[in-house]
Amino acid sequence: MATNTTAVAGRESLTAAPQQRGRATESAIRAPVDIFEDSESITLAADMPGVPKDRLDVRVDGNTLLLEGTVQFELPEQAEALYADVRSTVYRRSFVLSRELEAEKVQANPRDGVLTVRIPKRLELRPRKIEVQGP
Amino acid sequence: MFARFTSLQNSLLDEFWRLQQEMEELPGDGLSSSGGIRPLPRGSFPAINVVRTPEEMQVYLFAPGRDPKKLDISIQQGVLTRSGERQIPIDEKATYYRQERFGGEFRRAISLGEDVEAELVEAKYRDGIVQIRLHRRESAKPRQIEIR
Repeated sequence: MATNTTAVAGRESLTAAPQQRGRATESAIRAPVDIFEDSESITLAADMPGVPKDRLDVRVDGNTLLLEGTVQFELPEQAEALYADVRSTVYRRSFVLSRELEAEKVQANPRDGVLTVRIPKRLELRPRKIEVQGP
Repeated sequence: MFARFTSLQNSLLDEFWRLQQEMEELPGDGLSSSGGIRPLPRGSFPAINVVRTPEEMQVYLFAPGRDPKKLDISIQQGVLTRSGERQIPIDEKATYYRQERFGGEFRRAISLGEDVEAELVEAKYRDGIVQIRLHRRESAKPRQIEIR
């Protein structure tokens, strides 16, 4: 498993503590994400401003969840760049999914430049409340 | 085929924005160059890109996930200010592993230079980007000098 994890550069674990970013091997923007878990699913929200729905690619490949989006700008003709915080037109982020997540049932919902991805947990693996029998 | 075409297009666009980086390193009155009185810290919210054409200035604000009506944008004396608050609802019952997205109040100003009119041409919001078009002052537009 450990060797597998290092196979795809830049992949992160969904639930592990954030790691320092490795060297930047590509010009894609690392979209900032929030990741949270409730009893039924793990939800991920990624800021990808400028990405329309049809330029969004959410894919599960094996145990890897890949989020990719391309910014669409309306640039006028004869434009000259004066200032740019955003210097790439591609956002990319990838995560390793753990086994209790149902990769086939990933739901992706883009809205106003925020991509929300919900990954349900397998029913049989959801936490069950243990009843404590009183005397 | 199509994917290849768009990736070429994008690499051209990326190149376009990268050229700006080189410009910024030049001394002079580059927009918000490090020597300016209103330098911008990198990575603050919302991110901003600015382009100029002979007629207009265009400002792109990267403001994802917010109601554009709550974004307050003003321009005075060539300084564009935008302020507002980004509210990210927190699920109290959930466990958070990452909270990288910006949340809270923000206020940022960028100097666009003397040649920008306060008159707005158009502002629109799409997919988390606010695109603002501003007139350039007549005197600041490049003029063809006639040689007699």
